[in-house]
Amino acid sequence: MNVRARGFRSATLGGGLVAAMVLAGCGANDSGGSTGGSGGDTADAADLSIDCAPYEEFGDLEGETVSVYTSIVDPEDQPQIDSYVPFEECTGVDVQYEGSREFEAQLVVRIQSGNAPDIAFIPQPGLLQTLVGTGAVSPAPEQVEANVDEYWDESWKGYGSVDGTFYAAPLGANAKSFVWYSPSAFEDAGYEVPETWDDMIALSDEIAATGAKPWCAGIGSGEATGWPATDWLEDVVLRTAGPDVYDQWVNHEIPFNDPQIVEALNTVGDILRNPEYVNGGLGEVQSIASTEFGDAGLPILDGSCWMHRQASFYQANWPEGTEVGPDGDVFAFPLPPIGDAGAPPVLGGGEFTTAFNDDPATQAFQTYLSSPEWANIKAQVSGPGWVSANTGLDPENLVSPIDQLAAELFQDPEAVFRFDGSDLMPGEIGTGELWTQLTEWIANDKPSQAVLTDVENAWPTS
Amino acid sequence: MTTTTPVMAPVPMQDRATGRAGRRAASAKTKLSSPAASIIAIVIAVLWTVPTLGLLITSFRPELDIRQSGWWTFFTDPQVTLFNYNEVLYGGSTNFASLFVNSLVITLPAVVIPISLALLAAYAFAWIDFPGRNILFVAVFSLQVVPIQVTLIPLLTLYVDAGLAGSFWTIWLSHSIFALPLAIFLLHNFMKDIPASLVEAARMDGAGHVKIFFSVLLPLLTPAIAAFGVFQFLWVWNDLLVALTFAGGAPDVVPLTVRVAELAGTRGSDWYLLAPGAFIAMILPLVVFLALQRYFVRGLLAGSVKG
Repeated sequence: MNVRARGFRSATLGGGLVAAMVLAGCGANDSGGSTGGSGGDTADAADLSIDCAPYEEFGDLEGETVSVYTSIVDPEDQPQIDSYVPFEECTGVDVQYEGSREFEAQLVVRIQSGNAPDIAFIPQPGLLQTLVGTGAVSPAPEQVEANVDEYWDESWKGYGSVDGTFYAAPLGANAKSFVWYSPSAFEDAGYEVPETWDDMIALSDEIAATGAKPWCAGIGSGEATGWPATDWLEDVVLRTAGPDVYDQWVNHEIPFNDPQIVEALNTVGDILRNPEYVNGGLGEVQSIASTEFGDAGLPILDGSCWMHRQASFYQANWPEGTEVGPDGDVFAFPLPPIGDAGAPPVLGGGEFTTAFNDDPATQAFQTYLSSPEWANIKAQVSGPGWVSANTGLDPENLVSPIDQLAAELFQDPEAVFRFDGSDLMPGEIGTGELWTQLTEWIANDKPSQAVLTDVENAWPTS
Repeated sequence: MTTTTPVMAPVPMQDRATGRAGRRAASAKTKLSSPAASIIAIVIAVLWTVPTLGLLITSFRPELDIRQSGWWTFFTDPQVTLFNYNEVLYGGSTNFASLFVNSLVITLPAVVIPISLALLAAYAFAWIDFPGRNILFVAVFSLQVVPIQVTLIPLLTLYVDAGLAGSFWTIWLSHSIFALPLAIFLLHNFMKDIPASLVEAARMDGAGHVKIFFSVLLPLLTPAIAAFGVFQFLWVWNDLLVALTFAGGAPDVVPLTVRVAELAGTRGSDWYLLAPGAFIAMILPLVVFLALQRYFVRGLLAGSVKG
């Protein structure tokens, strides 16, 4: 074994020691940050207990099973499974968890062949809408609706409803409006974290003047290449045109190539297509299209890039041993608002708990998942990389500072939240034409107007 | 009637076959051992092996190196770690050893069932004269053109109705169904290759179908059975689609491939684990193939090219 391998081992050992100290209660409020990837200090689910009363009204559930099918796989699946333990102890229900990366295709196959799971966590409201159309989905019980009314922002309930009927309660969430940077590098160079869009552009110019490239980006993602660019566009539309126009745009009440959207795309282009700004540590502007999104932020670590806009879940992509935190190797600031200052709007995504039958055990479990008790237990058993928009969640329970920041954004009543638009648009657009066109916009320097017009022409007519 | 000795018959047959094959082998040897042919063969072999070598080297490199540079930089900057293998084998929430067992439990019956059935069917098609034999054979043969993808949902619906969903049976049956047309076709052609006089001689000596099948044909069929066995073994072991579809809802019965497909993590952030995962999954098929490869080539040729 060489030096590097030993480095890994001692890092793991150190992490283990920190975990042990926190568990023993010596290092309370340890805010030094957590390491990227898996691991971290988590509680043991068996020690956590909940109030069983809310589930007694569903009757005696001893011996029942509930099957859960999700797109969340190893290593993020273990905290999910652990977080069900208190519910299982209360009710005697056995929850069977299954995750698959082929979730979206397989769920439809299983529903069509009569082998539907009891509950699925659906990450796209668009897919939820399709499934409701097939008649396979059961509406949420009133206990779940009460929880969602009490603990979630109104907009979340809307994304779990189809034609006025509430079907699916939100579960986990992720915030996409983040810009990753290196606090230590910023401090060494004397840069300040920008609070407005103009500050951010001024900072970019300042960095570019030194000959460095301030931004790095990558939109490669196999057959889904282009999606990180859609997040950029959505984030800027939300800032330049506002949430109302954003909703109209997503629902196609205004044309896709409305002048306000063209303006937003040009604003994105001022960064992503500016050869002075990109692509730090990776190459020319065109290299954005060929760089895997997961690797695009890594140049920040060696100082060849300064800022990388990507969601809170990007923390899993930092190599083992990278310290994530306000004073660590990497951290993120919210993508600033454009124009009049205020709370920056949050673009995000999340999963929705969808039930395919109305058995009492299924409904009891849905109720548990929509409760703040579950959110807090999940936070305690999870490593970095999990957050919920449940306002009953105590951010202190989250391990990672970036998750805490995301939770605070979700809970900020001033901050406007909007769901990732490409998950709401029809599949042909949101997971097809828009990806393709934005990839061409980067790779072939296709004009913004032409890109948006082509998407508009591809919008399904019905 | 006293017992006969049909087993005697194959011996001169085999001698003749080896003689013919020996002459062919000799002529092929002179053709293929010219220097030009050797160079071409070596170039092809090297080109063919380079990606696998790259994968092997990648599987031992540290995560950050894998993500930031190509495997060929290994030669200028050798960094080796076993961390990736450790992570694949022991890092996940599912036990890799039990998945290995699952894969074996799936693969063995999925190889044995179609071969047993296909042998019997091939014998009937080759040596039992019954009405409609040719039409039936063409029908079985033409089933090969049905793509398995179109059968997935209807088949799964049948399994769910029969209450089989979530057990190993769904996977065993599906693999058997998909393998049978090709198996029957290959084994039938091979059986037809055996001279009729041999079977007739056995029949004259009083052997029934069962005796002929077990004592005359089966010993001669070993290469074909081994060849198809290897073929089916590799196919089932490497299969992801069938397992993913039919084992859905039953995490206890999924094979290794399903886990390897999920190694990359929910958002693909752990894709550096794919290379070691692939190599671990590759070990057993590699051993099986190397152990049985001489049958593989001989048997496939024997079945497909008549005469």
